[in-house]
Amino acid sequence: MVEHLSIGRKAFIIVNYAFLAFLSLLCILPMINVLAISLSSKGAIEGGLVALWPVEFTTFAYEHIAKTKPFQASMWISVQRVFIGVTLNFLLTLLTAYPLSKEVSQFRFRTVYVWIFVFTMLFGGGLIPSYVVVKQLGLIDSIWALVLPVAVPIFNVVLLLNFFRSLPKELSESAFIDGAGHWPILWRIMLPLSLPAQATVTLFAIVMHWNEWFYGLIYMNSPDNYPLSSYLQTIIIQFDLSSISDVTQLQLMSKLNDRALRSAQIFLGALPVLVIYPFLQRYFMTGIVMGSVKE
Amino acid sequence: MMARKSWRMEIPLHFMIMPGLIFILIFAYGPMVGLVIAFQKFNIGKGLFGSEWIGLENFKYVYSLPDTMNVIRNTVYIAFMKIVAGLVAPIITALLLNELRKQLFKRTVQTLIYLPNFLSWVILSGILIEVLSPTTGILNDFMAWFGLERVFFLGNAKWFPYVMVTTDVWKEFGFSTIVYLAALTGISPALYEASVIDGANRWKQTLHITLPGMLPIIILLTTLSLGQVLNAGFDQIFNMYSPSVYETGDIIDTYVYRIGLGNGQFGVATAVGLFKSVISLFAISLSYILAYRIANYRIF
Repeated sequence: MVEHLSIGRKAFIIVNYAFLAFLSLLCILPMINVLAISLSSKGAIEGGLVALWPVEFTTFAYEHIAKTKPFQASMWISVQRVFIGVTLNFLLTLLTAYPLSKEVSQFRFRTVYVWIFVFTMLFGGGLIPSYVVVKQLGLIDSIWALVLPVAVPIFNVVLLLNFFRSLPKELSESAFIDGAGHWPILWRIMLPLSLPAQATVTLFAIVMHWNEWFYGLIYMNSPDNYPLSSYLQTIIIQFDLSSISDVTQLQLMSKLNDRALRSAQIFLGALPVLVIYPFLQRYFMTGIVMGSVKE
Repeated sequence: MMARKSWRMEIPLHFMIMPGLIFILIFAYGPMVGLVIAFQKFNIGKGLFGSEWIGLENFKYVYSLPDTMNVIRNTVYIAFMKIVAGLVAPIITALLLNELRKQLFKRTVQTLIYLPNFLSWVILSGILIEVLSPTTGILNDFMAWFGLERVFFLGNAKWFPYVMVTTDVWKEFGFSTIVYLAALTGISPALYEASVIDGANRWKQTLHITLPGMLPIIILLTTLSLGQVLNAGFDQIFNMYSPSVYETGDIIDTYVYRIGLGNGQFGVATAVGLFKSVISLFAISLSYILAYRIANYRIF
């Protein structure tokens, strides 16, 4: 069907495309600016010459950071945290969602359990009491302080619970008739089926564990135990560059601009997310829709 | 006999839920017990049972501080603006995106606007501090090029709340846009075709078909966001604020962080936290009830 477009409509279409292009650029230009600064020479930065493209290209900032111990150590802590944290989340979400997805006829305490879990979404103890609990358990300065308190992501449990409920009842019923108990059904039927739903939720969990910085600062007394995001916070926001200045000051001052250094830190901190995002954005997008649009 | 058999069938389910339950009891309900700290002159060395009980002293103390009212006002103002802007921006963007025919362009835009959502506020604050700098930032450079006066966005108390709201929308709007866009595609094309026969132009269609079609999801997301009325965004503001903007930018969470954790006044910090949790409890419960009544939304 050929639409006869009015002048007004044509104008609107052009402006629309231009506006949306501008909006999209707004979302990446700041990052590009920072990247350009991180790759520019000290002179160029101080001269105010750097906008969106590196001037006097140099990778000195990155070379310097990659060698610093705190950066490497905190990167490793973040990797461990993501690995342990996400594995725990995955297992506990599965183990908790399956029983809760059963009807009250099959699981009499179901409603009680559901309320126990869901209430925690409505009310909490707050920062200080949580800190006291973690301290009393002796978890301060340990990676477990970052992983155990958030081990059960209630929102994900609810998502998975609803997913299990949407599966046909015949699935588990026929397994029961064949003599299988709940455990085999969970591992052999429910687990594989849950993978697509879990995949999206797992991605969000990975991003959360990687980005979370506040509890990293609070629960770790020694900066040696900071995850990457917390370490970056001390550099980027608190401007505390003392941990990087172990190279002779003169050499540092002549080649390195602290804006370049911070920009490089920023970019490196964002890099993992930037890298996985294009490949997995489809899952991120279907994920939100799954969580919010109900029929 | 039937009763005993069916109980036995349920035992594995109890075992499955056990680990999750234990974690929740320790790390979610444990701290709730710790809320008594709000009524104590808490000393971390003496612990929960050794610290002196002072009743409502902590609450009275906070109430008497001169900045408290201002902080609460800032919090509600910023949170409210974020809720409204966080509603309007994605809806408009989704409507505009819906008009696009070129799928590749549409998908690219969606991908790019969703990106800031995944970067932490540490990273984004680092970027914004750089970009918004009054002396070296490209935004001010750009403005100066047009002859506009330079603005210290992050240091000027008049600008600060609005910068916070704008950058928050910039980070988050991609998420809601995609949800609204998904809802838009669910509207039946037959409705549009019928309206064209009746002579409706695109604008009238938007007004009478598209927006009403989006209403359920709009109401849903709005009512759910009402629960956040006291969360003005600690992560964001903490990383970008400074004493020069406390007057308009200090929110409950950053205030509590300074006077509570900064000065070691744990009892006071917990008292304010308790106050906030109770209000949030009402706000979130209300929002879920509303969402259920209006949009038939059930979480479980």
